[in-house]
Amino acid sequence: MKRRKFDMAAVPGKAAVGADERFQVATPLRGLLNKVFPDHWSFLLGEIALFSFVVLLLTGVYLTFFFEPAMTEVVYNGSYAPLRGTPMSAAYASSLDLSFDVRGGLIMRQMHHWAALLFMGSIVVHMMRVFFTGAFRKPRETNWIIGSLLFWVGFLAGFTGYSLPDDGLSGTGLRIASAIILSIPVIGSWVSSSIFGGEFPGEIIISRFFIAHVLLIPGLLVALISAHLGLVFKQKHTQWPGPGRTNGNVVGERMFPRYALKQGGYFMVVFGVIALMGGLFQINPIWLFGPYEAWVVSAASQPDWYVMFLDGSTRLMPAWEINIPIGDGYVIPPLFWPTVVLPGILVGLSTMYPFVEARRLKDHKSHNLLQRPRDVPARTAAGAMAVSFYVVLTLSGANDVIADKFQISLNAMTWAGRIGLLLVPPLAYYVVYRICLGLQQHDREVLAHGVETGIIKRLPDGRFVEVHQPLSAADGHADGHGELEYVGWVVPKKMNRLGALGPAIRGFFYPIERPAEAPVSPGHPPVEPRPEREEITSGESRH
Amino acid sequence: MSTQTEHQAHQGREPLDVNAPGVTQFDIVREGARRDDIEIVHYEPQVIPGTKAERRLTRVVASFFLLTGVAATAFLVVYIWWPWKYAPGRGGDKLFTPLLGLTMGVALLAVGFGILTWGKKLLPKEVSVQDRHEGVYSEDDRKITGQTMLYMADELGVKRRPLLGMSLLAGLAPVGAVAAAPLVGGLISQPHKNNQMFTTGFAPATDGKPIRLVREDGRPIRPADLSTGGQLTVFPGIEHGVSNKHADSPTLLIHLRDSDAEDSRVANARVGHGDYMWGNYVAFSKVCTHAGCPASLYEQQTNRLLCPCHQSQFHITDNAKPIFGPASRRLPQLPITVDEEGFFVAKSDYTETVGPDFWERP
Repeated sequence: MKRRKFDMAAVPGKAAVGADERFQVATPLRGLLNKVFPDHWSFLLGEIALFSFVVLLLTGVYLTFFFEPAMTEVVYNGSYAPLRGTPMSAAYASSLDLSFDVRGGLIMRQMHHWAALLFMGSIVVHMMRVFFTGAFRKPRETNWIIGSLLFWVGFLAGFTGYSLPDDGLSGTGLRIASAIILSIPVIGSWVSSSIFGGEFPGEIIISRFFIAHVLLIPGLLVALISAHLGLVFKQKHTQWPGPGRTNGNVVGERMFPRYALKQGGYFMVVFGVIALMGGLFQINPIWLFGPYEAWVVSAASQPDWYVMFLDGSTRLMPAWEINIPIGDGYVIPPLFWPTVVLPGILVGLSTMYPFVEARRLKDHKSHNLLQRPRDVPARTAAGAMAVSFYVVLTLSGANDVIADKFQISLNAMTWAGRIGLLLVPPLAYYVVYRICLGLQQHDREVLAHGVETGIIKRLPDGRFVEVHQPLSAADGHADGHGELEYVGWVVPKKMNRLGALGPAIRGFFYPIERPAEAPVSPGHPPVEPRPEREEITSGESRH
Repeated sequence: MSTQTEHQAHQGREPLDVNAPGVTQFDIVREGARRDDIEIVHYEPQVIPGTKAERRLTRVVASFFLLTGVAATAFLVVYIWWPWKYAPGRGGDKLFTPLLGLTMGVALLAVGFGILTWGKKLLPKEVSVQDRHEGVYSEDDRKITGQTMLYMADELGVKRRPLLGMSLLAGLAPVGAVAAAPLVGGLISQPHKNNQMFTTGFAPATDGKPIRLVREDGRPIRPADLSTGGQLTVFPGIEHGVSNKHADSPTLLIHLRDSDAEDSRVANARVGHGDYMWGNYVAFSKVCTHAGCPASLYEQQTNRLLCPCHQSQFHITDNAKPIFGPASRRLPQLPITVDEEGFFVAKSDYTETVGPDFWERP
């Protein structure tokens, strides 16, 4: 029997030809491998959200193997001695089992929670990056809207998620959620009763939240994230202005191999940080809160951080109740405004912003180049206003803890929040606007006169002046100043940026490549003086 | 974009015959990039093969990967052999989760840093420029697509045969409702079933017997059980009275000092609650009228009751009137007395709506 020779090296090539014959992938695959991505650290913020989401899916699936989404009353008989013999819901008991009786369950629970906090945090920071650099402008308005929606869907995912253990803290959160729904005029009591299956708390809410949390909301998130990434891919990423960069091109690295490799490494780093946090930092220790009992609450009951701004707005709201004297009388409770109306306004404002700005500036062109925040003072200041509004609300969500830790009157904290909410945002607008103008002016100054050298020169008439290093060659101007146009990117402001520093020495403990020259003096790294660096005179540039 | 791109003229660079002899691998790569409208303008190796620097970086990356292996193995060792069962006190089991996190985190971070170093330091640096091709599709293409769609609409003939469109819409509308009906119909729940939003567990039983106030463990309460200035959370003495089934029933029973009780009686009389107190004892709903949290932080000196959720404050001796924070309605008062056996009972149910406000609350 003759054995056929098996050529190992030819296998990949043959397989590739076979695949292309069947699926015609060679050309599209080449385009994918070659796709150019611009690189900047600020483009990586959204990736943290994406990677956290992957961790959320992985850990979340693990948790579902052990969690029992039922409100059936059981008596706890697990390992955690302080709660043994306590009647509680099956959901809470199985959450305790996940923490104490499933080997490695606690780290999965904590990683899931930390990943959720990181997911929301990176969404917010990424959104700020996109806003302040004008990346939301045409043609990317759709993606901005999808991104804003992702925050709110993530918010819902977070709330339904941390309500599931049915512990004392999350039950209080659910109680407030039911009150918020109740406060909606006309339909409130019907909606609340339908969601909770009767009067609060009922016996069905945990299983309803469970299916929302593990199927409906993640499905929506996956759909929105796919659309978000697909649009980034299709529309190509924005880039900062710079040499060779125009509105019509993308300057960067091809996706493979370097860019993809860096992304893979970055994912591992995010995953690793979440693992460290999940193991080392305790989060949501539900066993300390006890089961939910409608009559038990403790001071400093705070929701997760991304819900805290709504808690703050609720605390700051004055007790303005609107009574409508028709028939038996109807009520719009004060709870309605900060928890239903305010989020509605925020959704509207954020999604409409790209169109508002385009209309105001009568700007209907496509923009692929980013803007530095200082170059658009009105937008930057408006953004600062939004951020400060959010910060005041979030801090007010913790005003009882602040009052306690810093020995401030609680009422004073509430009033500070109320006044601050009205005063701080306009103040932030003004201050940030001025800072932007100042930064712009300094850029122009440096472009016109050069970089400060720190060298003081005495003129013949006795005056002292600082010598400036111009950024361009003199072109016929008597004073040696060239005309430089601002291109929307960083203007060097230190001599080091112009190469005044010696070349960097590579090597951690000792230089790995010793320059030819011997060290100038012991203890100093060897620096080869540049021949062209002569004494800087009155700002004439060398030729 | 393939065929279209290929036929377009490429600025600057001539197409390359990839089958020509002497063509290097990089030439082919560059030709592929050109076909995707990418120009590789800068491609610079960061390390020279065979140098000390290259060997050093290779060692760094390799040690990262090996560290991952060590940490991952440590994770498995901890997972399998470390005592993990919860035990009271400061046992080694408290370190189980931190050790898992540490080993898993180090394993993932090391592989991450290894890959990053590999990509950032060992691979050549490059700058490539790709055309965006916005508006590459011509006006002609737009027109062709638009006309094609209009043509299809015309073929369908909805304009000429409006009955088709209208009847289709009329037919589909109820189908949409069919999809929604089971969802809405299944979920909807009448909020005023059994008058549930206006009654609590203290509503007298069907035989008219008043409901006793009981503690968390179900025992009834005598006036002497509560010292002056003391307060106690009480529940209706019915089945499941002390449970979330009666989440609107928890009540705060307070034994006021003489002077405060006097203030309270005057305030009570003012709102027609003259007989709601028994002696110096007063009972208010514990469910905050703002968002439904238990308003449970009672400050004896000022007779204020604080809700820890949103810091509404209620003045107990003034009919639990809200005096600070977002609550707009006072806590409902439970009329109480003592039965012939000497235990506290509710004279009747609450006479005001308990819990957070809603639209149709009278």
